[in-house]
Amino acid sequence: MISARGLRKAFGEFEAVRGIDLDVRRGEAFGFLGPNGAGKSSTMRMVAAVSPPTDGELRILGMDPAVDGPAIRGRIGVCPQADTLDSELNVRDNLVIYARYFGIGRAEARARADELLELVNLTEKAKAKVDDLSGGMKRRLTIARSLVNRPELLLLDEPTTGLDPQARHLLWDQLFRLKSSGVTLVITTHYMDEAEQLCDRLVVMDGGVIAAEGSPAALIAEHSSREVAEVRFGSADTAADAVNPHERYAEQLADLGDRVEVLPDRLLVYAADGDTVLEGVHARGLHPVATLVRRSTLEDVFLRLTGRTLVD
Amino acid sequence: MSATTPTDRLTVAPLTSVQATLLLVERNAITYRGAWKLFLTGFLEPVFYLFSIGIGVGALIESFTYHGQEVPYAEFVAPGMLAASAFNGALLDSCFNFFFKFKHQRLYDSVLATPMVTDDVARGEVIWGQLRGGSYSAAFLLVMLVMGYLSSWWALLALPAALLIGFAFSAAAMAWTTWFTSWQDFEKVTLVQVPLFLFSATFFPVTAYDGVLRWVVECTPLYRGVVLCRELCTGNVGVESAISVVYLLAMGGIGLAIVGRRLDRLLLT
Repeated sequence: MISARGLRKAFGEFEAVRGIDLDVRRGEAFGFLGPNGAGKSSTMRMVAAVSPPTDGELRILGMDPAVDGPAIRGRIGVCPQADTLDSELNVRDNLVIYARYFGIGRAEARARADELLELVNLTEKAKAKVDDLSGGMKRRLTIARSLVNRPELLLLDEPTTGLDPQARHLLWDQLFRLKSSGVTLVITTHYMDEAEQLCDRLVVMDGGVIAAEGSPAALIAEHSSREVAEVRFGSADTAADAVNPHERYAEQLADLGDRVEVLPDRLLVYAADGDTVLEGVHARGLHPVATLVRRSTLEDVFLRLTGRTLVD
Repeated sequence: MSATTPTDRLTVAPLTSVQATLLLVERNAITYRGAWKLFLTGFLEPVFYLFSIGIGVGALIESFTYHGQEVPYAEFVAPGMLAASAFNGALLDSCFNFFFKFKHQRLYDSVLATPMVTDDVARGEVIWGQLRGGSYSAAFLLVMLVMGYLSSWWALLALPAALLIGFAFSAAAMAWTTWFTSWQDFEKVTLVQVPLFLFSATFFPVTAYDGVLRWVVECTPLYRGVVLCRELCTGNVGVESAISVVYLLAMGGIGLAIVGRRLDRLLLT
């Protein structure tokens, strides 16, 4: 569906995407993970055939976006990061007119609009103004709009950002159903649970390059351990220390896991078996105030690969 | 990656540029479905001018010669109002409405995610502006006819002439608007609009100016539009009329090309 080799995008001096290779197969759900500014949206815009690549090769549905832009756009659906609904049209007309932009006849456009309103539970709001919708409703309408041309490939740029948990889960259900019906999904997100739930395969982008690639499980296996033991020591007895007391404990526990990470309030010990780690901690006569053993998540992989420093 | 075979077909036929252009017109028409009253204001503006200046001020003017003919002042001013209203309407629609859709509503971002291209957007917006402007002009011409201000069959061509003025100014104003960044920039529009409106021989013959000044006025676009309408309404058609037509066509064509280019540069980054 999508194939990219050495894909680059520069805005003047700034290189947003610095040479990436991609292959997205028909029917899969593919995710782009990465902090803000990693180059996810720039990549998505190139794939949506609305942003010409600076360099490299890009094929979407076997076509070159520089030559066949309209034909490509006719077969894909795009759900942009910010809602770009037409505020001068009511909810239903937003869908009808959007369908018309794809060359769909009036009667068919109306039929599809009603069908999609049903799908995203907005039938009652058909005559409402877009500005009167809640954030979640707008998002649902945007998703419905991205489906008017029955796309083979659906691009979703941070589809659930700003949604409440109910709306997120509803959306996930809908995306899952679309995927089951054979639509290829490409999703950018910085919610790890979303990526784990939805994506068969994903890439982690950082600084315009791909830092890692694979299925969520494979990425966890490769870049993290199976489990994580979180260990917190009290600060009362070590308050005099200028340094974070956990630094000191980290040295004592270093050999218990594959890797130990020091956070201001706790230690993370990455290991195959978290309970064994905790037994080891107690065996060394240490008494943490709180402990937790959990499975490694994509978030651990993400933070390991892209760092804990704040980017914006 | 799965191979895409040549047998893969679109579910619908690709849009032709005419279809695509008209789709944007269709979108705009829907937004005006409930706002027909706005048409009234566009129509009334030149009528008010005609009554206040043409008839009111005209009553103070005893005799007035134009192209060697004695004409009532109102008959002289009315074609100017026709041209000026096409000009004002085009400027208003192309600057304010276009800027709103372009920068605030970000309408074109979503339109361009479909098979539509920037030239379709540019053409669609200009044509829509002409449909609006044309209906004002047609209504005003009817008023002129009823008042007895049309003295030639050439006046039938005054409607296309008004559309041509609208086209030229719509395209040029839209191109200019692509450089605007905030509503403050609209002060500049007023700065251009008012002098053009007042000094394009709209209210008095260009012979009021001498030498270089007259030459400058004759080169301005609204002047070309005003004299074109006046020549058609009074039946004094000549080479000058043809020059005006070519001038306005070129202005619109260049403006349209710039709009397409600018939208490409600004939106397809």
